[in-house]
Amino acid sequence: MKRRTIKVDELTRVEGEGAMHIEMRGDEVTDVKLTIYEPPRFFEGFMQGRDYSEAPDITARICGICPVAYQMSSVYAMEDAFGVEVDGVLRELRRLLYCGEWIESHVLHVYLLHLPDFLGFESAIHMAKDHGETVAKALRLKKAGNAIVSTLAGREIHPINVKVGGFYRAPTKQELGGLLEELEWSLGMAEEMVRFTAGLSFPDFEKDYEFVALRHPEEYPCCEGKLVSNRGLDIPISEFREHFVEIHEPHSTALHCKLKERGMYFVGPLARYNLNFDKLPENIQELALEIGLGKTCRNPFKGIIIRSVETLYAVQEALRIIKSYEPPAVASVPVEPRESVGHGCTEAPRGILYHRYELAEDGSIRHAQIVPPTAQNLPTIEDDLRQYVTQFMALPDSELKWQCEQAVRNYDPCISCSTHFLKLTIDRK
Amino acid sequence: MANNRPKLAVFKFASCDGCQLSLLDCEDELLAVAGKVHIAHFPEASRESVRGPYDVTLVEGSITTPDDVERIQKIRRRSKMLVTIGACATSGGIQALRNFRDVKEFTSIVYAHPEYIRTLETSTAIADHIPVDFELRGCPVNKYQLIEVLNAMLWGRKPQIESGSVCVECKRRGTVCVMVAQGMACLGPVTHAGCGAICPAYNRGCYGCFGPQETANMDPLSEKLAGLGVLATNIARLYSTFNAGAEPFEKARRQVEATNN
Ligand code: SF4
Ligand code: SF4
Repeated sequence: MKRRTIKVDELTRVEGEGAMHIEMRGDEVTDVKLTIYEPPRFFEGFMQGRDYSEAPDITARICGICPVAYQMSSVYAMEDAFGVEVDGVLRELRRLLYCGEWIESHVLHVYLLHLPDFLGFESAIHMAKDHGETVAKALRLKKAGNAIVSTLAGREIHPINVKVGGFYRAPTKQELGGLLEELEWSLGMAEEMVRFTAGLSFPDFEKDYEFVALRHPEEYPCCEGKLVSNRGLDIPISEFREHFVEIHEPHSTALHCKLKERGMYFVGPLARYNLNFDKLPENIQELALEIGLGKTCRNPFKGIIIRSVETLYAVQEALRIIKSYEPPAVASVPVEPRESVGHGCTEAPRGILYHRYELAEDGSIRHAQIVPPTAQNLPTIEDDLRQYVTQFMALPDSELKWQCEQAVRNYDPCISCSTHFLKLTIDRK
Repeated sequence: MANNRPKLAVFKFASCDGCQLSLLDCEDELLAVAGKVHIAHFPEASRESVRGPYDVTLVEGSITTPDDVERIQKIRRRSKMLVTIGACATSGGIQALRNFRDVKEFTSIVYAHPEYIRTLETSTAIADHIPVDFELRGCPVNKYQLIEVLNAMLWGRKPQIESGSVCVECKRRGTVCVMVAQGMACLGPVTHAGCGAICPAYNRGCYGCFGPQETANMDPLSEKLAGLGVLATNIARLYSTFNAGAEPFEKARRQVEATNN
């Protein structure tokens, strides 16, 4: 029987290092592996013995692309442990910060990492030759997202202003006001982004996924809510470990996460959108329906449209928060460490990011567990590849290979994140 | 395309991707930079990969696996100028925390593919393994400094990178000293300049993410911090974050720990 292999030794336009290996015999796909060879990084081990207050800055270093997500999941977990609630303006500011990260990360992925696949370019820089104006506008939009993060929290990568209890300093009205002009422009640009990505062509590929995301009674989810799915999951985040399990697959330095009862699941923009469509503002719902997206989307290639929809949402939400902003009386609420366990789960650009800490009486960390979104999506990505290759077997190798890469990029995988927590064999020299 | 333009390569070792992302975060400069160089190898941004030799190579991340010890040698041989970017690459980064603990603490699972999961007991700077033409500090690097270094390398001149401390930058920025005025713990006096003194401007002490400046005078700072009532454990924690493996910080931490035992 004819043997065929599709191999990519170094996946590109993803964050971190991984390889892809697919084998076929005749019409049958016999093996699919996403090999994650990124060097292991021992973050959970490093957290042991550190002070609770260090968690936001240390865990941020797991990922340079979504540091705000790590900071938010860790502060929420600590506040949960200490029985503190951060509300009002401070909560709004956190949401604003997260909007900045969503914009920056989504625009990076949509235009710089994913769009080149749809238009057939090696990179956005190659693409800029023919689509100079599009790339320039995308960079301007990305910059507007980054500006939110750096204004509010000091710098765009590894912001320095996030602490357990709130912020070190609240921004002045003028500082935030300075963002308005670019954000007003961004509103139009983000709508254009939605319409533009909706007009791309997509492979006919749908699957019946189990989507998992946060759901909040009043808002499109960001930092708070319950964990829900389209197959009946409905739990407080504190029950995460009762329903999800991390598994070690031998070909990967990342752990894979599965639902104990049903196996693989899907997190990220598609899941958020499908489970929270009704929480989007009316104008965005209308736009989504107008461009033919529907209330539910099961084609992962269309993640590019949904990231654009979420970008528009984040710009609109940022404008709302800034326009109603009055500086708080204090930048943070006091916290009192105690022996406890705390959970935090927030919606990183790539999906739910779960943190759990066991703390000693003096506030030092006894145990840390961190489950990043990409680790949760890995089994689903492999399964997509299996089905995709089966469905599109007839394509010539080079085309099939590129489309498989694109299928991986649908998830905007962050491989650096997914390998942060390994415990491994040590090679003594 | 771009055949006669200088070739730029970006390589990653153990890291969070933040420093190389700084390049993509140069929204205003990115297309101009891309017009001046041929981006020959930059997997985070492009499928295209052109073999070396490269005119300028940027290296992010620290050395933590036996394979990487060899990989960096090959990269050096293929690079005319090699610049290391960020705390991971210049001091071993946060991963250097493993250098001071029994690695067995982190060991528990044996994997089926040892060639990809072996790891060293230490996380070390790139310059511990190969000669490096310039080291740019920060966790992450300052993107404007990154552009400056790139330009300097392309034009064959010395990068204009200030060598003073964060304290100097606070003065320039007009920030009132958080240590003097509020008694906050701050590593500004011993930390390499470059960030623009961000933390004190946000009402917190510097935590040293740019690493020690060349002439860091650690002992007086340790005494000062103790005088402010900062517990020895917390002083030690301050010295062991993103540049824990940088010699002055490591020595000062040991000193603090020794006097407290
Ligand atoms: S120095 Fe900091 S920002 Fe740069 S790669 Fe290392 S952890 Fe990330
Ligand atoms: S003030 Fe210190 S910790 Fe803060 S960004 Fe600058 S060097 Fe890093």
